[in-house]
Amino acid sequence: MSEAISPRVPLRVAPRALPRVPTGQDHEDLTKHGIKVTAADVNFFYSEHQALYGINLAVPKNCVTALIGPSGCGKSTFLRCLNRMNDMIDGTLLRGKILLDGEDIYQRGTDVVELRKRVGMVFQKSNPFPKTIYENVAYGPRVAGVKKSVILEEIVEKCLQQAALWDEVQSRLNDSALQLSGGQQQRLCIARALATDPEVLLMDEPASALDPKSTAAIEDLIFELKDTYTIVIVTHNMQQAARVSDQTAFFYEGHLIEVGRTTDMFTHPREKRTEDYITGRFG
Amino acid sequence: MSVSKYSEGRPYAKIASQAFALACGLCTLLSVSVLVLLLWNIFGFGWSSLSWDFVTSWPSRFAAKSGIWSALIGSLYLIGVTALFSVPIGVGAAIYLEEYAPPSRWRSLVQINIANLAGVPSIVYGILGLGLFVRMMHLNRGVLAGGLTLTLVVLPIIILSSQEALRAVPSTIRQASYALGATRWQTIWHQLLPISLPGILTGVILSLSRALGEAAPLVVIGAATFVRFTPKNLITDDYTALPVQIFNWTEQPQVAFHEIAAAGIIVLLTVLIAMNALAVILRQRFSKKVRW
Ligand SMILES: Nc1ncnc2c1ncn2[C@@H]1O[C@H](COP(=O)(O)OP(=O)(O)OP(=O)(O)O)[C@@H](O)[C@H]1O
Ligand SMILES: [Mg+2]
Repeated sequence: MSEAISPRVPLRVAPRALPRVPTGQDHEDLTKHGIKVTAADVNFFYSEHQALYGINLAVPKNCVTALIGPSGCGKSTFLRCLNRMNDMIDGTLLRGKILLDGEDIYQRGTDVVELRKRVGMVFQKSNPFPKTIYENVAYGPRVAGVKKSVILEEIVEKCLQQAALWDEVQSRLNDSALQLSGGQQQRLCIARALATDPEVLLMDEPASALDPKSTAAIEDLIFELKDTYTIVIVTHNMQQAARVSDQTAFFYEGHLIEVGRTTDMFTHPREKRTEDYITGRFG
Repeated sequence: MSVSKYSEGRPYAKIASQAFALACGLCTLLSVSVLVLLLWNIFGFGWSSLSWDFVTSWPSRFAAKSGIWSALIGSLYLIGVTALFSVPIGVGAAIYLEEYAPPSRWRSLVQINIANLAGVPSIVYGILGLGLFVRMMHLNRGVLAGGLTLTLVVLPIIILSSQEALRAVPSTIRQASYALGATRWQTIWHQLLPISLPGILTGVILSLSRALGEAAPLVVIGAATFVRFTPKNLITDDYTALPVQIFNWTEQPQVAFHEIAAAGIIVLLTVLIAMNALAVILRQRFSKKVRW
């Protein structure tokens, strides 16, 4: 990244979201809706290898929090801690607390299945099921117990529209999802995650495989979604972080170096390393 | 054509490569020709004895009057019983080992044992079946005892091949399913089983084909060789099976019996081919649900 970040943030306000996203006032108070997720002194281990060191981070409700940092610094790891997807990797260990609406999700007796319905996720690599496009989106509601096909069809259409995919696939909902292009697959995965109607949406570089047009569509979507959802997004694209997020957290080698309002962070970062990273001097 | 400067050091590389390809081709040719010769021999020997009468008649003391009906039905019953027990238990065990059991010493121990059991000669299972099913559980010498013994023979193979099939499902599929709030069972039922089904079916058919051809364990637990009825009671009634009947006929001194033994082999092969065809059909049916 060599382009300097313009101090006028957001750089590109999504046209559709314009009326609802005032640029100044809204950023004033990130926590006016409360805190949705809190990480308290989170240390994370892959067997012997420690990937996260004492992370303290509050994710404000109905806001977009961007996680940035060089490759391998632990962004995806942190994201996966928030819906306990790391549980699936053998030998992992988390020390510390992660609170969702004040409840520790790592405490004994937490229903992980229920948790993942509340905290949805879009993966770094798109991973559609080898089923039809329709079945991919309908899967979440289905496993949650929705049986009526009228309701399922409604959900599928709404979510595909939100993910800016409906126009391209509406005539071939019964084709295999794997026939879609890479970018279409990623948008399908976003639609699939939306279909479970989560409270928190974790997005791991959702736009890394998308062309500018779909990226813009996804960013518009994120703007719209934060009215109802709390969003945590990992991105390598500084402009994107600046455009879509309210709060930015900078990770470096497993440490949380700096977190703050996106406007502040991109205009006058407190830490030298943050400044170097967002201006593209390393990373 | 330009020659890379590196190939100068290996002047024989090309010849060696061609020689290796030739050797591989010869090996293939050899095994295929042995198979063709064998089939040719059997068909030439048994074809004249093969008729619809032969298929539907009871065995007899006279080769010319003998038929294979009781053995054919006995074999079908056996395969049915074996499939009934070995498929659910085998696939269930595979699911448990792959999807539920956390990695532990205990799991590795079980895993190694299953792999070893797959290599145990089937006659050993015959002795086990004799002790366990016939004597201890008093299942007599009926189809049930035979089917359970064959279940022991094929169970390790079904478990191993089903595990292989489950392991081949990309872990990203599991992650996607769990991340959408699916339970373990929902993930297995809606994602993993449909995707791994072709692999599981292949393993099941191979195993059942093997069970169909097994004579040794059945002889050990006391399958009869001369049965002029089809079993009505799966525990008390005597039965015989194709390989046992064929084996018995080849033991007879008269050449006429050897001929009907060859005809019996043709029947056995036909059943095998039918089973494999069924597998292909099932596989295509089920794979419609999965869209790669
Ligand atoms: N399954 C795993 N087992 C062991 N170590 C892992 C595993 N996944 C990640 N790591 C390690 O944890 C560290 C953080 O990885 P992570 O995937 O969170 O980085 P990231 O910030 O998302 O990077 P990128 O931007 O390239 O996606 C890395 O050193 C990585 O090697
Ligand atoms: Mg990552």
